[in-house]
Amino acid sequence: MTAERWLNALVLPALGLVALAAHLGDAPFTVTLATRAAIFALAAVGLNVALGMGGLVSLGHAAFFGLGGYAMGILAWHAQTYQPLQIGPLAIAGTTSMPVVWLVAIAASALAAVPIGLLALRTAGVYFIMITLAFGQMFYFFAISWPAYGGEDGLSIYVRNGFPGLNTLVPIQFFGLVFGLLCGACALAAFLRRSPFGLALNAARQSPERVRAAGIEPDRLRLAAFVVSAAITGLAGALFADLNRFVSPAMFSWQLSGEIMVFVILGGVGRLMGPVLGAALFVAMEHVLGGISPYWHVFLGLVLLAVVLFARGGIAALLTGRAHG
Amino acid sequence: MAEAILSCAGLTKRFGALTVSDDVSMDLREGEIHALIGPNGAGKSTLVGQLCGAIRPDAGRVRLSGRDVTALTVPARARLGLARTFQVSRLAGQDTVLENALLGAVGAAGAGFGLRRRRDLEARARAALDRIGLADHAGLRADDLSHGQRRRLEIAAALTLDPCAFVMDEPMAGLGPEGSAELTRLLDGLRAEAPILLVEHDMDAVFALADRISVLVGGRIVATGTVAEIRADRAVRAAYLGEAP
Repeated sequence: MTAERWLNALVLPALGLVALAAHLGDAPFTVTLATRAAIFALAAVGLNVALGMGGLVSLGHAAFFGLGGYAMGILAWHAQTYQPLQIGPLAIAGTTSMPVVWLVAIAASALAAVPIGLLALRTAGVYFIMITLAFGQMFYFFAISWPAYGGEDGLSIYVRNGFPGLNTLVPIQFFGLVFGLLCGACALAAFLRRSPFGLALNAARQSPERVRAAGIEPDRLRLAAFVVSAAITGLAGALFADLNRFVSPAMFSWQLSGEIMVFVILGGVGRLMGPVLGAALFVAMEHVLGGISPYWHVFLGLVLLAVVLFARGGIAALLTGRAHG
Repeated sequence: MAEAILSCAGLTKRFGALTVSDDVSMDLREGEIHALIGPNGAGKSTLVGQLCGAIRPDAGRVRLSGRDVTALTVPARARLGLARTFQVSRLAGQDTVLENALLGAVGAAGAGFGLRRRRDLEARARAALDRIGLADHAGLRADDLSHGQRRRLEIAAALTLDPCAFVMDEPMAGLGPEGSAELTRLLDGLRAEAPILLVEHDMDAVFALADRISVLVGGRIVATGTVAEIRADRAVRAAYLGEAP
């Protein structure tokens, strides 16, 4: 096996083992940290489909993260206040069932990604970044000024949503759910990358003329990648809301879009396990360095600088000694 | 007369005051290599762009396999079997040789999600690599190939599209005499599969390969004929080979 394969095979089990060891060692806070890392990793796996394979530098993925969060928040709020959600003539009961919330989060993010992608893909480079950023900010300010669901204060959900057969309030059980979804998303990303679709998407990033000459429209591939990417990040948003039992407009903020991108770049753009490594390192630094100094972002900045200057392929490249995935 | 696979009629393209294609009509028939020659700036690349769909003509029609494709995009024409190679290699440099060759097959089959499909397509890509002599390099990154190998990989990517016509924009560009001779043999065998419109500066290759030659000067086709006819044509010698009439 090549170093890259070892890495791909070992990173997820390592994360699972950390959580399991913490659980057995009676350190629920560490389990929660691992859960936070896994959720961020999931969001970054989503972004990596667009950024790593498609070359789409989206600075608006917080829009989908937030949509997933508010899908959870709104459904749970209606459930806990026993008010049906009115959409026109339709009255929908709220729900505290995780599988339903997940599906709604995925569908909402994917649906939102279609018009955003259609518009943003008419541009490239800096303009693509700016348009996705603008969409993210639209959602942010909309959430702030919409009083029905807490506006600027956000929404508190008192009880974590349930999953059939599990007690999601037990940290290790909730971690198990998140971890399962992360593994699923990584499997999907690995599958996409090996499929003819992934092959063409990868080539379209490097040489769009070649792909057109082969009878494939690059923008269709990119739109599909953008939608899949948004759906995964939206799911992560729903889980993040469940982890904190709180949603606020901050989930839509451009800083969050930037952080998701930092996870990907830290770990390795386009690497299967890059997002997981990046998110895990970020959460570890946030916890360890954040305990030392509230200005820990300075150190994060230094690490990011070092990665960009000396290890283009991120931690994944450092660990495998290869610049290309 | 053999049937025309690819043809254009009255193609005209102006950039500002400059007429780059001036009422160009030509055709590419079953089984032939039709060479398009002309001095730099004659409008060869613009013509190729219009035939392949990258440039929209101001006037005129393009037909492919009896169908009017003037309004179709590059990918749509490619799916109908029009395979082109580029003057400057356009490959996915970080992908392997096999993956680059695979791209044409993926396009012809539709870029789907199935993995089993990919294995079927891979067989086609390997066959194409075998024909152009790159089978031993299938696992290399395209960026790690030599210039000559990259030129051949361009052709492999066109081959896997299972084309009904090739349009090759200076496939010999930058090759040494040995590489040119090798590629000449390869193209010679390809014409039976699908006719080739060959834009080329290498006159040895053109004279060795072409069934017919069209000469483009200042956006107009000044002559079309067999190798012997073109060699003897006074207007061509004056305009293109730089001789006094």
